[in-house]
Amino acid sequence: MADPKIRIQDVSYAYDGKPALRDVTLDVPANAVTVLFGPAGGGKTTLLRLINRLNDLVEGSSWSGHILLDGQDIYAPGVDVTRLRRRVGMVFALPLPLPGTIRGNVLYGPKLAGLRDRTRLEDILLRSLTQAALWDEVKDRLDEPANALSGGQQQRLCIARSLALEPEVLLLDEPTSGLDPISTGKVEESLFELKQDYTIVIVPHSVQQAARVADFAAFFLMGDLIEHRPGTEVFTAPRDQRTEDYVTGRFG
Amino acid sequence: MNRYLVQRVGFVLLVLVTLIVVVPILLVVGVIVVRGIEAISWEFLTGMPRNGMKAGGIFPAIVGTLLLILGTALAAIPVGVGGAIYLSEYAPDSWFTRAIRLAIINLAGIPSVVYGLFGLGLFVLFLQFGTSILAGSLTLAIMTLPIIISASEEALLVVPTEFRTVSFSLGGTRWQGIRNVVLPQALPGIITGVILGLLRAAGETAPILFTVAAFYLPRLPHSPFDQTMALPYHLYVISTQVPGMPLEIQYGTALVLLALVLSMSILATIIRSYYRRRRQW
Repeated sequence: MADPKIRIQDVSYAYDGKPALRDVTLDVPANAVTVLFGPAGGGKTTLLRLINRLNDLVEGSSWSGHILLDGQDIYAPGVDVTRLRRRVGMVFALPLPLPGTIRGNVLYGPKLAGLRDRTRLEDILLRSLTQAALWDEVKDRLDEPANALSGGQQQRLCIARSLALEPEVLLLDEPTSGLDPISTGKVEESLFELKQDYTIVIVPHSVQQAARVADFAAFFLMGDLIEHRPGTEVFTAPRDQRTEDYVTGRFG
Repeated sequence: MNRYLVQRVGFVLLVLVTLIVVVPILLVVGVIVVRGIEAISWEFLTGMPRNGMKAGGIFPAIVGTLLLILGTALAAIPVGVGGAIYLSEYAPDSWFTRAIRLAIINLAGIPSVVYGLFGLGLFVLFLQFGTSILAGSLTLAIMTLPIIISASEEALLVVPTEFRTVSFSLGGTRWQGIRNVVLPQALPGIITGVILGLLRAAGETAPILFTVAAFYLPRLPHSPFDQTMALPYHLYVISTQVPGMPLEIQYGTALVLLALVLSMSILATIIRSYYRRRRQW
Protein backbone atom coordinates (compact mmCIF):
# COMPACT_ATOMS: atom_id res chain seq x y z
CA MET A 1 0.00 0.00 0.00
CA ALA A 2 1.20 3.51 -0.79
CA ASP A 3 1.93 5.94 2.03
CA PRO A 4 -1.26 6.69 3.92
CA LYS A 5 -2.85 10.10 3.53
CA ILE A 6 -3.43 10.33 7.28
CA ARG A 7 -1.45 8.42 9.88
CA ILE A 8 -2.85 8.32 13.40
CA GLN A 9 -0.27 7.14 15.93
CA ASP A 10 -0.93 6.12 19.55
CA VAL A 11 -3.63 8.72 20.05
CA SER A 12 -5.22 8.86 23.50
CA TYR A 13 -7.70 11.51 24.46
CA ALA A 14 -9.60 12.46 27.60
CA TYR A 15 -12.32 14.95 28.43
CA ASP A 16 -12.02 16.16 32.02
CA GLY A 17 -10.00 13.08 32.90
CA LYS A 18 -12.53 10.69 31.33
CA PRO A 19 -10.79 8.73 28.55
CA ALA A 20 -12.47 8.94 25.14
CA LEU A 21 -9.76 7.29 23.04
CA ARG A 22 -7.08 4.82 24.12
CA ASP A 23 -3.90 4.24 22.08
CA VAL A 24 -5.52 4.39 18.69
CA THR A 25 -3.26 3.76 15.72
CA LEU A 26 -4.82 3.89 12.29
CA ASP A 27 -3.73 4.59 8.71
CA VAL A 28 -6.19 6.28 6.36
CA PRO A 29 -5.43 5.66 2.68
CA ALA A 30 -5.97 8.33 0.04
CA ASN A 31 -8.86 8.20 -2.46
CA ALA A 32 -10.93 5.79 -0.44
CA VAL A 33 -13.77 5.90 2.05
CA THR A 34 -12.68 4.98 5.56
CA VAL A 35 -15.54 4.35 7.93
CA LEU A 36 -15.26 4.84 11.70
CA PHE A 37 -18.15 2.93 13.24
CA GLY A 38 -19.36 1.49 16.49
CA PRO A 39 -21.82 2.28 19.28
CA ALA A 40 -22.16 5.79 20.73
CA GLY A 41 -19.39 6.91 23.06
CA GLY A 42 -16.72 5.01 21.17
CA GLY A 43 -14.60 8.06 20.38
CA LYS A 44 -15.35 8.24 16.65
CA THR A 45 -16.38 11.89 16.58
CA THR A 46 -13.52 12.80 18.89
CA LEU A 47 -11.03 11.23 16.50
CA LEU A 48 -12.66 12.96 13.54
CA ARG A 49 -12.40 16.34 15.23
CA LEU A 50 -8.77 15.73 16.09
CA ILE A 51 -7.93 15.38 12.40
CA ASN A 52 -8.77 19.01 11.63
CA ARG A 53 -7.98 20.30 15.11
CA LEU A 54 -11.52 21.36 15.99
CA ASN A 55 -10.84 19.85 19.41
CA ASP A 56 -8.37 22.68 20.02
CA LEU A 57 -11.46 24.66 21.03
CA VAL A 58 -12.52 22.23 23.75
CA GLU A 59 -11.49 23.29 27.24
CA GLY A 60 -10.48 20.72 29.81
CA SER A 61 -9.26 18.07 27.39
CA SER A 62 -5.91 16.36 27.27
CA TRP A 63 -4.41 14.07 24.70
CA SER A 64 -1.25 12.41 23.49
CA GLY A 65 -0.02 10.85 20.28
CA HIS A 66 0.61 12.08 16.76
CA ILE A 67 -1.51 12.74 13.70
CA LEU A 68 0.34 13.04 10.41
CA LEU A 69 -1.11 14.43 7.19
CA ASP A 70 1.11 13.52 4.21
CA GLY A 71 3.80 12.73 6.74
CA GLN A 72 3.61 16.12 8.48
CA ASP A 73 2.59 16.36 12.13
CA ILE A 74 -0.50 18.60 12.12
CA TYR A 75 0.02 19.47 15.79
CA ALA A 76 3.62 20.55 15.30
CA PRO A 77 4.34 24.11 16.46
CA GLY A 78 4.07 26.60 13.64
CA VAL A 79 1.31 24.76 11.78
CA ASP A 80 -1.22 27.25 10.39
CA VAL A 81 -4.49 25.87 11.78
CA THR A 82 -6.73 27.79 9.38
CA ARG A 83 -4.72 26.41 6.44
CA LEU A 84 -4.96 22.91 7.88
CA ARG A 85 -8.74 23.24 8.12
CA ARG A 86 -8.92 24.30 4.49
CA ARG A 87 -7.04 21.10 3.58
CA VAL A 88 -9.21 18.96 5.87
CA GLY A 89 -12.90 19.81 5.48
CA MET A 90 -15.63 18.79 7.87
CA VAL A 91 -19.36 18.11 7.51
CA PHE A 92 -21.38 17.94 10.71
CA ALA A 93 -24.29 15.78 11.78
CA LEU A 94 -26.81 18.60 11.71
CA PRO A 95 -26.77 20.71 8.56
CA LEU A 96 -26.25 24.28 9.66
CA PRO A 97 -26.39 26.80 6.82
CA LEU A 98 -24.78 30.09 7.71
CA PRO A 99 -27.12 33.08 7.59
CA GLY A 100 -27.34 34.29 4.02
CA THR A 101 -27.76 32.93 0.54
CA ILE A 102 -26.88 29.58 -1.03
CA ARG A 103 -24.11 31.28 -2.96
CA GLY A 104 -22.82 32.98 0.18
CA ASN A 105 -22.65 29.67 2.02
CA VAL A 106 -20.66 27.90 -0.66
CA LEU A 107 -18.26 30.78 -1.14
CA TYR A 108 -17.80 31.55 2.57
CA GLY A 109 -14.54 29.59 2.92
CA PRO A 110 -12.87 30.75 -0.31
CA LYS A 111 -13.75 34.37 0.46
CA LEU A 112 -12.30 34.12 3.97
CA ALA A 113 -9.16 32.71 2.40
CA GLY A 114 -8.93 35.94 0.41
CA LEU A 115 -10.18 34.83 -3.01
CA ARG A 116 -11.82 37.77 -4.81
CA ASP A 117 -11.67 36.80 -8.51
CA ARG A 118 -15.30 36.64 -9.72
CA THR A 119 -14.86 34.05 -12.46
CA ARG A 120 -12.91 31.71 -10.18
CA LEU A 121 -15.57 32.08 -7.47
CA GLU A 122 -18.28 31.22 -10.03
CA ASP A 123 -16.25 28.18 -11.12
CA ILE A 124 -15.98 27.04 -7.52
CA LEU A 125 -19.70 27.53 -7.00
CA LEU A 126 -20.57 25.39 -10.03
CA ARG A 127 -18.00 22.70 -9.29
CA SER A 128 -18.79 22.31 -5.56
CA LEU A 129 -22.56 22.23 -5.98
CA THR A 130 -22.22 19.74 -8.84
CA GLN A 131 -19.93 17.49 -6.81
CA ALA A 132 -22.39 17.58 -3.92
CA ALA A 133 -25.20 16.59 -6.32
CA LEU A 134 -27.12 19.78 -5.59
CA TRP A 135 -26.50 21.97 -8.63
CA ASP A 136 -29.58 20.97 -10.65
CA GLU A 137 -31.87 21.67 -7.71
CA VAL A 138 -30.53 25.11 -6.84
CA LYS A 139 -29.04 26.55 -10.04
CA ASP A 140 -31.98 28.93 -10.49
CA ARG A 141 -32.10 30.11 -6.88
CA LEU A 142 -28.50 30.67 -5.87
CA ASP A 143 -29.32 33.99 -4.25
CA GLU A 144 -32.15 32.72 -2.11
CA PRO A 145 -31.70 32.17 1.63
CA ALA A 146 -29.95 28.90 2.34
CA ASN A 147 -32.30 27.98 5.17
CA ALA A 148 -35.22 27.79 2.71
CA LEU A 149 -33.75 24.51 1.41
CA SER A 150 -35.00 21.15 2.65
CA GLY A 151 -32.97 19.25 5.25
CA GLY A 152 -31.41 16.95 2.66
CA GLN A 153 -30.55 19.86 0.40
CA GLN A 154 -29.06 21.75 3.34
CA GLN A 155 -26.75 18.84 4.14
CA ARG A 156 -25.58 18.63 0.55
CA LEU A 157 -25.08 22.40 0.67
CA CYS A 158 -22.86 21.88 3.71
CA ILE A 159 -20.89 19.28 1.77
CA ALA A 160 -20.58 21.71 -1.15
CA ARG A 161 -19.46 24.39 1.30
CA SER A 162 -16.60 22.16 2.46
CA LEU A 163 -15.72 21.12 -1.10
CA ALA A 164 -15.49 24.76 -2.15
CA LEU A 165 -12.15 24.94 -0.35
CA GLU A 166 -10.81 22.11 -2.51
CA PRO A 167 -9.78 20.12 0.55
CA GLU A 168 -7.67 17.01 0.32
CA VAL A 169 -9.55 15.23 3.07
CA LEU A 170 -13.26 15.33 3.80
CA LEU A 171 -14.46 14.37 7.28
CA LEU A 172 -18.14 13.57 7.67
CA ASP A 173 -19.73 13.14 11.09
CA GLU A 174 -23.02 11.24 10.68
CA PRO A 175 -23.89 13.42 7.70
CA THR A 176 -27.19 11.67 7.05
CA SER A 177 -28.50 11.28 10.60
CA GLY A 178 -31.33 13.76 10.05
CA LEU A 179 -32.16 12.81 6.47
CA ASP A 180 -34.81 10.72 4.77
CA PRO A 181 -33.71 7.61 2.79
CA ILE A 182 -33.81 9.34 -0.59
CA SER A 183 -31.61 12.20 0.54
CA THR A 184 -29.35 9.72 2.29
CA GLY A 185 -29.00 7.81 -0.95
CA LYS A 186 -28.01 10.99 -2.78
CA VAL A 187 -25.38 11.86 -0.20
CA GLU A 188 -23.96 8.31 -0.33
CA GLU A 189 -23.88 8.41 -4.13
CA SER A 190 -21.96 11.65 -4.06
CA LEU A 191 -19.42 9.97 -1.74
CA PHE A 192 -18.67 7.42 -4.46
CA GLU A 193 -17.97 10.24 -6.88
CA LEU A 194 -15.97 12.24 -4.37
CA LYS A 195 -13.56 9.51 -3.39
CA GLN A 196 -11.98 9.71 -6.84
CA ASP A 197 -10.52 13.04 -5.82
CA TYR A 198 -10.64 13.11 -2.04
CA THR A 199 -9.73 11.10 0.98
CA ILE A 200 -12.92 10.51 2.90
CA VAL A 201 -13.36 9.64 6.57
CA ILE A 202 -16.93 9.16 7.64
CA VAL A 203 -18.74 8.31 10.85
CA PRO A 204 -21.86 6.62 9.48
CA HIS A 205 -25.20 6.76 11.25
CA SER A 206 -25.84 3.02 11.03
CA VAL A 207 -24.02 -0.27 10.53
CA GLN A 208 -25.90 -0.72 7.26
CA GLN A 209 -24.59 2.58 5.97
CA ALA A 210 -21.12 1.67 7.15
CA ALA A 211 -21.31 -1.54 5.11
CA ARG A 212 -22.64 0.30 2.04
CA VAL A 213 -19.96 2.96 1.79
CA ALA A 214 -16.84 1.46 3.39
CA ASP A 215 -13.66 0.74 1.49
CA PHE A 216 -12.01 0.42 4.87
CA ALA A 217 -13.76 0.08 8.18
CA ALA A 218 -12.55 0.72 11.72
CA PHE A 219 -14.65 -0.54 14.62
CA PHE A 220 -14.51 1.52 17.82
CA LEU A 221 -15.80 0.39 21.18
CA MET A 222 -15.53 2.49 24.34
CA GLY A 223 -12.46 4.35 23.11
CA ASP A 224 -10.62 1.32 21.77
CA LEU A 225 -10.00 0.55 18.12
CA ILE A 226 -11.07 -3.09 17.93
CA GLU A 227 -10.32 -3.86 14.31
CA HIS A 228 -9.47 -2.05 11.12
CA ARG A 229 -9.48 -3.80 7.76
CA PRO A 230 -11.03 -3.55 4.29
CA GLY A 231 -14.76 -3.05 4.56
CA THR A 232 -15.81 -6.25 2.86
CA GLU A 233 -13.81 -8.27 5.38
CA VAL A 234 -15.00 -6.42 8.46
CA PHE A 235 -18.64 -6.81 7.55
CA THR A 236 -18.56 -10.36 6.17
CA ALA A 237 -15.84 -12.01 8.23
CA PRO A 238 -15.03 -10.01 11.31
CA ARG A 239 -12.05 -11.30 13.27
CA ASP A 240 -13.01 -10.01 16.67
CA GLN A 241 -16.01 -11.46 18.49
CA ARG A 242 -17.11 -7.97 19.61
CA THR A 243 -17.09 -6.70 16.01
CA GLU A 244 -19.15 -9.68 14.92
CA ASP A 245 -21.63 -9.16 17.75
CA TYR A 246 -22.07 -5.51 16.80
CA VAL A 247 -22.22 -6.05 13.04
CA THR A 248 -24.79 -8.81 13.40
CA GLY A 249 -26.87 -6.68 15.72
CA ARG A 250 -26.36 -8.58 18.95
CA PHE A 251 -25.70 -5.30 20.78
CA GLY A 252 -25.55 -1.59 19.98
CA MET B 1 -63.55 27.57 49.97
CA ASN B 2 -63.37 25.11 47.12
CA ARG B 3 -60.45 25.13 44.75
CA TYR B 4 -62.34 26.69 41.82
CA LEU B 5 -63.28 29.63 43.98
CA VAL B 6 -59.64 29.93 45.09
CA GLN B 7 -58.60 30.00 41.45
CA ARG B 8 -61.14 32.67 40.61
CA VAL B 9 -60.18 34.89 43.52
CA GLY B 10 -56.50 34.44 42.66
CA PHE B 11 -57.18 35.36 39.05
CA VAL B 12 -59.00 38.55 40.01
CA LEU B 13 -56.18 39.53 42.36
CA LEU B 14 -53.61 39.06 39.60
CA VAL B 15 -55.61 41.25 37.23
CA LEU B 16 -55.81 43.92 39.91
CA VAL B 17 -52.08 43.81 40.50
CA THR B 18 -51.46 44.15 36.77
CA LEU B 19 -53.76 47.17 36.66
CA ILE B 20 -51.90 48.75 39.56
CA VAL B 21 -48.78 48.56 37.42
CA VAL B 22 -50.32 49.80 34.21
CA VAL B 23 -52.70 52.51 35.41
CA PRO B 24 -50.10 54.93 36.83
CA ILE B 25 -48.10 54.73 33.59
CA LEU B 26 -51.17 55.50 31.51
CA LEU B 27 -52.12 58.33 33.92
CA VAL B 28 -48.67 59.93 33.77
CA VAL B 29 -48.51 59.72 29.99
CA GLY B 30 -52.13 60.81 29.65
CA VAL B 31 -51.84 63.85 31.90
CA ILE B 32 -48.62 64.99 30.25
CA VAL B 33 -50.03 64.58 26.76
CA VAL B 34 -53.32 66.32 27.55
CA ARG B 35 -51.82 69.25 29.41
CA GLY B 36 -48.67 69.54 27.33
CA ILE B 37 -50.14 69.31 23.85
CA GLU B 38 -51.40 72.89 23.84
CA ALA B 39 -47.88 74.19 24.46
CA ILE B 40 -46.53 72.39 21.42
CA SER B 41 -46.12 74.69 18.47
CA TRP B 42 -43.53 75.26 15.79
CA GLU B 43 -42.16 78.16 17.77
CA PHE B 44 -41.99 76.10 20.98
CA LEU B 45 -39.98 73.37 19.24
CA THR B 46 -37.65 75.56 17.18
CA GLY B 47 -37.49 78.86 19.06
CA MET B 48 -35.08 80.21 21.64
CA PRO B 49 -36.34 80.70 25.18
CA ARG B 50 -37.23 84.30 25.96
CA ASN B 51 -38.20 86.38 28.97
CA GLY B 52 -36.34 84.25 31.52
CA MET B 53 -37.63 81.03 29.90
CA LYS B 54 -41.22 82.05 30.61
CA ALA B 55 -41.88 82.43 26.90
CA GLY B 56 -40.46 81.30 23.61
CA GLY B 57 -39.23 77.82 22.78
CA ILE B 58 -36.98 75.07 24.04
CA PHE B 59 -34.91 74.56 20.89
CA PRO B 60 -31.50 74.71 22.62
CA ALA B 61 -32.58 72.08 25.14
CA ILE B 62 -33.76 69.73 22.38
CA VAL B 63 -30.56 70.21 20.38
CA GLY B 64 -28.50 69.82 23.55
CA THR B 65 -30.13 66.53 24.45
CA LEU B 66 -29.73 65.21 20.89
CA LEU B 67 -26.06 66.22 20.93
CA LEU B 68 -25.57 64.50 24.27
CA ILE B 69 -27.19 61.32 22.91
CA LEU B 70 -24.89 61.49 19.87
CA GLY B 71 -21.79 62.06 21.99
CA THR B 72 -22.77 59.29 24.37
CA ALA B 73 -23.32 56.92 21.44
CA LEU B 74 -19.95 57.76 19.87
CA ALA B 75 -18.16 57.07 23.14
CA ALA B 76 -20.18 54.18 24.53
CA ILE B 77 -20.92 52.00 21.48
CA PRO B 78 -17.35 51.14 20.41
CA VAL B 79 -16.20 50.55 23.98
CA GLY B 80 -19.34 48.72 25.08
CA VAL B 81 -19.71 46.45 22.06
CA GLY B 82 -15.97 45.85 21.94
CA GLY B 83 -15.96 44.91 25.61
CA ALA B 84 -18.90 42.58 25.11
CA ILE B 85 -17.18 40.85 22.18
CA TYR B 86 -14.09 40.37 24.30
CA LEU B 87 -16.04 39.00 27.26
CA SER B 88 -18.24 36.63 25.27
CA GLU B 89 -15.91 35.49 22.48
CA TYR B 90 -12.33 35.78 23.68
CA ALA B 91 -12.05 36.00 27.44
CA PRO B 92 -11.22 32.80 29.27
CA ASP B 93 -13.35 31.99 32.29
CA SER B 94 -10.99 33.19 35.01
CA TRP B 95 -11.20 35.11 38.28
CA PHE B 96 -10.25 38.20 36.29
CA THR B 97 -13.19 38.03 33.86
CA ARG B 98 -15.53 37.07 36.69
CA ALA B 99 -14.37 40.20 38.52
CA ILE B 100 -15.03 42.28 35.40
CA ARG B 101 -18.57 40.88 35.09
CA LEU B 102 -19.21 41.53 38.77
CA ALA B 103 -17.97 45.09 38.35
CA ILE B 104 -20.26 45.64 35.38
CA ILE B 105 -23.29 44.41 37.29
CA ASN B 106 -22.43 46.67 40.20
CA LEU B 107 -21.84 49.65 37.92
CA ALA B 108 -25.41 49.29 36.70
CA GLY B 109 -26.64 49.74 40.27
CA ILE B 110 -24.76 52.93 41.10
CA PRO B 111 -27.01 55.97 41.56
CA SER B 112 -26.75 58.38 38.66
CA VAL B 113 -25.75 61.30 40.86
CA VAL B 114 -22.58 59.41 41.73
CA TYR B 115 -21.76 59.21 38.02
CA GLY B 116 -22.34 62.96 37.89
CA LEU B 117 -19.84 63.61 40.67
CA PHE B 118 -17.39 61.17 39.08
CA GLY B 119 -17.69 63.01 35.77
CA LEU B 120 -17.19 66.32 37.52
CA GLY B 121 -14.03 65.05 39.18
CA LEU B 122 -12.52 63.23 36.20
CA PHE B 123 -13.62 65.01 33.04
CA VAL B 124 -14.50 68.54 34.14
CA LEU B 125 -11.74 69.14 36.67
CA PHE B 126 -8.90 66.64 36.30
CA LEU B 127 -8.90 66.39 32.50
CA GLN B 128 -9.94 70.05 32.28
CA PHE B 129 -12.67 69.56 29.70
CA GLY B 130 -14.65 72.11 31.70
CA THR B 131 -18.42 72.04 31.95
CA SER B 132 -18.94 70.89 28.39
CA ILE B 133 -20.79 68.59 26.01
CA LEU B 134 -17.66 66.45 25.89
CA ALA B 135 -17.56 65.99 29.66
CA GLY B 136 -21.31 65.37 29.83
CA SER B 137 -21.29 62.85 26.99
CA LEU B 138 -18.42 60.90 28.52
CA THR B 139 -20.14 60.87 31.92
CA LEU B 140 -23.35 59.61 30.35
CA ALA B 141 -21.36 57.09 28.33
CA ILE B 142 -19.83 55.59 31.46
CA MET B 143 -23.25 55.35 33.02
CA THR B 144 -24.58 53.68 29.84
CA LEU B 145 -21.75 51.19 29.39
CA PRO B 146 -23.01 48.49 31.77
CA ILE B 147 -26.35 48.39 29.96
CA ILE B 148 -24.73 48.15 26.53
CA ILE B 149 -22.15 45.58 27.61
CA SER B 150 -24.67 43.31 29.36
CA ALA B 151 -27.19 43.44 26.52
CA SER B 152 -24.53 42.91 23.83
CA GLU B 153 -22.88 40.05 25.69
CA GLU B 154 -26.26 38.40 26.12
CA ALA B 155 -27.02 38.84 22.41
CA LEU B 156 -23.67 37.28 21.45
CA LEU B 157 -24.03 34.37 23.85
CA VAL B 158 -27.39 33.25 22.47
CA VAL B 159 -25.91 32.74 18.99
CA PRO B 160 -25.38 28.94 18.99
CA THR B 161 -21.77 27.75 19.30
CA GLU B 162 -22.19 25.59 16.21
CA PHE B 163 -22.05 28.65 13.96
CA ARG B 164 -18.59 29.44 15.29
CA THR B 165 -17.51 25.81 14.84
CA VAL B 166 -18.71 25.82 11.23
CA SER B 167 -16.78 28.99 10.52
CA PHE B 168 -13.65 27.48 12.10
CA SER B 169 -14.11 24.30 10.08
CA LEU B 170 -14.13 26.35 6.88
CA GLY B 171 -10.72 27.79 7.68
CA GLY B 172 -11.93 30.97 9.35
CA THR B 173 -10.06 32.70 12.12
CA ARG B 174 -11.92 33.45 15.32
CA TRP B 175 -12.38 37.07 14.30
CA GLN B 176 -13.62 36.15 10.80
CA GLY B 177 -16.27 33.95 12.40
CA ILE B 178 -17.32 36.71 14.78
CA ARG B 179 -17.33 39.34 12.06
CA ASN B 180 -19.18 37.34 9.39
CA VAL B 181 -21.40 34.93 11.27
CA VAL B 182 -21.86 35.80 14.94
CA LEU B 183 -22.13 39.61 14.90
CA PRO B 184 -24.77 39.80 12.14
CA GLN B 185 -26.98 37.46 14.14
CA ALA B 186 -26.37 39.27 17.41
CA LEU B 187 -26.85 42.72 15.91
CA PRO B 188 -30.57 43.13 16.64
CA GLY B 189 -29.97 42.38 20.31
CA ILE B 190 -27.00 44.70 20.40
CA ILE B 191 -28.91 47.51 18.72
CA THR B 192 -31.77 47.07 21.17
CA GLY B 193 -29.38 47.23 24.11
CA VAL B 194 -27.67 50.30 22.72
CA ILE B 195 -30.95 52.13 22.22
CA LEU B 196 -32.15 51.25 25.72
CA GLY B 197 -28.85 52.50 27.14
CA LEU B 198 -28.99 55.75 25.19
CA LEU B 199 -32.61 56.19 26.19
CA ARG B 200 -31.61 56.11 29.82
CA ALA B 201 -28.85 58.61 29.12
CA ALA B 202 -31.32 60.90 27.36
CA GLY B 203 -33.60 61.14 30.38
CA GLU B 204 -31.04 61.51 33.17
CA THR B 205 -30.59 64.78 35.03
CA ALA B 206 -28.04 64.08 37.74
CA PRO B 207 -25.07 63.05 35.56
CA ILE B 208 -25.35 66.21 33.44
CA LEU B 209 -26.03 68.53 36.36
CA PHE B 210 -22.37 69.23 37.12
CA THR B 211 -20.81 68.27 33.83
CA VAL B 212 -22.60 70.03 30.99
CA ALA B 213 -26.02 71.46 31.68
CA ALA B 214 -26.56 75.21 31.43
CA PHE B 215 -29.28 76.86 33.49
CA TYR B 216 -30.21 79.36 30.81
CA LEU B 217 -28.30 79.63 27.55
CA PRO B 218 -30.46 80.85 24.69
CA ARG B 219 -28.10 79.92 21.88
CA LEU B 220 -26.80 76.75 20.26
CA PRO B 221 -23.41 75.29 21.25
CA HIS B 222 -20.54 75.78 18.81
CA SER B 223 -18.08 73.11 19.90
CA PRO B 224 -17.85 70.02 22.11
CA PHE B 225 -16.32 72.26 24.76
CA ASP B 226 -19.44 74.42 25.05
CA GLN B 227 -22.10 74.06 27.66
CA THR B 228 -25.61 73.37 26.53
CA MET B 229 -29.12 73.26 27.83
CA ALA B 230 -30.68 69.80 27.97
CA LEU B 231 -34.28 68.66 28.28
CA PRO B 232 -34.22 66.82 31.63
CA TYR B 233 -32.29 69.54 33.41
CA HIS B 234 -34.35 72.27 31.76
CA LEU B 235 -37.48 70.55 32.99
CA TYR B 236 -36.06 70.42 36.49
CA VAL B 237 -35.14 74.11 36.34
CA ILE B 238 -38.45 75.39 35.06
CA SER B 239 -40.40 73.17 37.43
CA THR B 240 -38.56 74.04 40.63
CA GLN B 241 -36.14 76.93 40.21
CA VAL B 242 -38.09 79.65 38.41
CA PRO B 243 -41.08 81.17 40.18
CA GLY B 244 -44.11 82.05 38.13
CA MET B 245 -43.32 79.67 35.29
CA PRO B 246 -46.39 79.01 33.10
CA LEU B 247 -47.60 75.43 33.67
CA GLU B 248 -48.09 74.72 29.99
CA ILE B 249 -44.39 75.29 29.25
CA GLN B 250 -43.52 72.80 31.95
CA TYR B 251 -45.94 70.21 30.59
CA GLY B 252 -44.86 70.95 27.03
CA THR B 253 -41.23 70.32 27.91
CA ALA B 254 -42.13 67.11 29.70
CA LEU B 255 -44.10 66.00 26.65
CA VAL B 256 -41.17 66.60 24.31
CA LEU B 257 -38.83 64.64 26.55
CA LEU B 258 -41.38 61.85 26.91
CA ALA B 259 -41.96 61.70 23.15
CA LEU B 260 -38.23 61.51 22.50
CA VAL B 261 -37.68 58.69 24.99
CA LEU B 262 -40.81 56.77 24.01
CA SER B 263 -40.02 56.93 20.31
CA MET B 264 -36.54 55.50 20.98
CA SER B 265 -38.09 52.76 23.06
CA ILE B 266 -40.63 51.92 20.35
CA LEU B 267 -37.86 51.88 17.75
CA ALA B 268 -35.96 49.36 19.86
CA THR B 269 -39.06 47.17 20.15
CA ILE B 270 -39.67 47.28 16.41
CA ILE B 271 -36.09 46.33 15.57
CA ARG B 272 -36.20 43.47 18.04
CA SER B 273 -39.47 41.97 16.83
CA TYR B 274 -38.57 42.43 13.16
CA TYR B 275 -35.34 40.48 13.49
CA ARG B 276 -36.80 37.90 15.83
CA ARG B 277 -39.21 36.81 13.12
CA ARG B 278 -36.37 36.43 10.63
CA ARG B 279 -34.15 34.45 12.96
CA GLN B 280 -33.54 30.85 11.93
CA TRP B 281 -33.02 29.25 15.35
